[in-house]
Amino acid sequence: MNQIIIVTIITLVGIGTAAAVILYFVAQRFKVYEDPRIDEVEEALPGANCGGCGYAGCRAFAEALVKNESWDDLYCPVGGNENMAKVAELLGKEAVEQAPQVAVVRCYGTPEFRARTNEYDGAPTCAIAHQLYAGEGGCPHGCLGLGDCVVACDFDAIHMNPATGLPEVVDDKCTACGACVEACPRDIIELRKKNKKDRKIFVCCINEEKGAVAIKNCKVACIGCSKCYDVCPYDAITMNNNLAYIDPVKCKLCRKCVVVCPTNAIHEINFPPRKTEKTEAVEEENK
Amino acid sequence: MRSMKLKTFSMGGVHPPENKLSAGREIRELSPSDVVVIPVSQHLGTPSKVIVERGDQVKVGQLIARAEGFVSTNIHASVSGKVSKVDIFPDSSGYRRLAVQIKVNGDEWVETIDRSGTLVKEISLDAEEIRKRIVEAGIVGLGGATFPTHVKLTTPRGKKAEYLIVNGVECEPYLTSDHALMMERSSALLVGIQIMMKGLGVEKAILGIESNKPDAISRMQEITRGTAISVQGLKVKYPQGGEKQLVKALLNREVPSGGLPIDVGVVVFNVGTVHAAYEAVQKNKPLIERVVTVTGKYLKQPSNFRVRIGTPVSHLIEQAGGLPEDTAKVINGGPMMGKALASLDVPVVKGTSGIVLISNEEARRKAVIQCIRCTRCVQVCPMGLEPYLMMNLAEKEMFERMETERVLDCIECGSCSYTCPSSRPLLDYIRLGKAEVAKLVRSRKAV
Repeated sequence: MNQIIIVTIITLVGIGTAAAVILYFVAQRFKVYEDPRIDEVEEALPGANCGGCGYAGCRAFAEALVKNESWDDLYCPVGGNENMAKVAELLGKEAVEQAPQVAVVRCYGTPEFRARTNEYDGAPTCAIAHQLYAGEGGCPHGCLGLGDCVVACDFDAIHMNPATGLPEVVDDKCTACGACVEACPRDIIELRKKNKKDRKIFVCCINEEKGAVAIKNCKVACIGCSKCYDVCPYDAITMNNNLAYIDPVKCKLCRKCVVVCPTNAIHEINFPPRKTEKTEAVEEENK
Repeated sequence: MRSMKLKTFSMGGVHPPENKLSAGREIRELSPSDVVVIPVSQHLGTPSKVIVERGDQVKVGQLIARAEGFVSTNIHASVSGKVSKVDIFPDSSGYRRLAVQIKVNGDEWVETIDRSGTLVKEISLDAEEIRKRIVEAGIVGLGGATFPTHVKLTTPRGKKAEYLIVNGVECEPYLTSDHALMMERSSALLVGIQIMMKGLGVEKAILGIESNKPDAISRMQEITRGTAISVQGLKVKYPQGGEKQLVKALLNREVPSGGLPIDVGVVVFNVGTVHAAYEAVQKNKPLIERVVTVTGKYLKQPSNFRVRIGTPVSHLIEQAGGLPEDTAKVINGGPMMGKALASLDVPVVKGTSGIVLISNEEARRKAVIQCIRCTRCVQVCPMGLEPYLMMNLAEKEMFERMETERVLDCIECGSCSYTCPSSRPLLDYIRLGKAEVAKLVRSRKAV
């Protein structure tokens, strides 16, 4: 009995030792050198693995940060400038500062403004609905409201508003990773410069049809009248294919365009209430 | 008596309720509506180029848009009157496409068109001239795929057509336009088949008809007696009207994956296409009208109409007794492959084989539940694919894998969605995958 146990132990120890020796030499022979800094950098990154940087996860991005000479194309939108500076310090490099951005939904076709002319009962994803037809409201550019963007968001930063049937972005949570931009088959969502107090001015429509056609389907469509283009003092507005676009970098948030828009397609968000004519007159007198 | 076993295709297939409500109804000529809208992209391929302007007077049969390249077709005015707009109009999906709007005034035809009812039996043109006539007349596959007919008539180098197969299957439930055509225009069809045989340079032709149309089978058998055309009755099974399924059913030849019937020496035309070819070659009449079935369980008069291209769908429904109160969907095409219309103002185009009104009860979708791995979709797929797997792959955006699973072979017949006990929208996802895979293939070619 004892002998069996002793033989077993000796055999197993023998096999174990032999395997260890073989493994040691194999490991030496096929050793892959990996920069230890990659681990450090990965540790310092947010670890969301969202792909917002354009790489397949944080590990791949960390590798690129360590290996690439130039950091011009490397930016983690989730961590932001602060995080990038930290990583740069780790590696002794210089981070490229980028203005923080936020996702903006450029459609306001609520049932009130864009009457539903038909009903869709196919597979409930925007990608499929977009392929099949123009949409319940008849606008071929408008939001389909089936929430592909909500599914795509890793940060719980975009939600459907059941009252409007449109997605809404939670600015504080949005990291501008661009997943929703990618997911939207109609390219309605755009990453725009983040302003102070989350203020925003943008054309809330992407319909490129002629004004008369666009307004037929949706009362708040951009009709390409160019009034905003004429009034903008900073050349921030461009007109293309019957559609106005406000450059978020050139825009100085003066709000002149908002007032002249005949269809209320230009939205101002998070601004204090406007001065009425009365208060303006009073101020004028005080001067 | 020993019962004869009818031929059919071997793999997959379903048998939905036939509901051929308008069978036996005569084809009724529908007078044009006041305004017609003729889209410039009614075929598979490059959109045609408009050659008329606003304010131009046009006659019936006058060319209004010219083919752009080889895989494209001519488009003609289907009415006489004044061009009131060349603009974008919503198509059946609601997306806007370029179209020519004509305000109807009288019914003045181009002089060269033979409008008499006499049958012209003598085929005086040779193969090259026949092809030319078909190009000029803007003929496309009228079964619904709208592939330009002259492209199919041009046999690629290194290949040889041996058989012409004429598709009188009409396997879609509800539709009866091909049936009506075979009953009423059988002699013209015979000449049409002979024209196509001459154009292709083949000696043999087979006309396939499903056995639920015994009157059409006996009529066509009678009229083709003593010719090289044989008429074959087929067991009723959907989607037998698919080219590849029909080739398999009639000749027991299998079209290779990614290939065309010509790869096994066969060319397939729909009876509607053959009839249009007869009119183009013998009567010099371009494709300006087609037979459309307008049907539905609650419609007053399910009918077969001869309709000018560009007539609004609402006009057809009006003529068939008006829109019933209980209508949930109006389908462009048959109920299996057709698509619901987003609006009734869209025009009839070359590919509109039917307008089917679906009631609330029929349209009701059951709740989608999980796949229970019953493999019914695999059993019914006529192309031997695995639809449940395709849907999972499409949901996970694994499009490369979908390509290796041969998603591009899918003919979009919808048998999988029809049969799924969990009511999963299989075809919707497969279509999405097909589009994405097609994009992948294109981008690879571009590199």
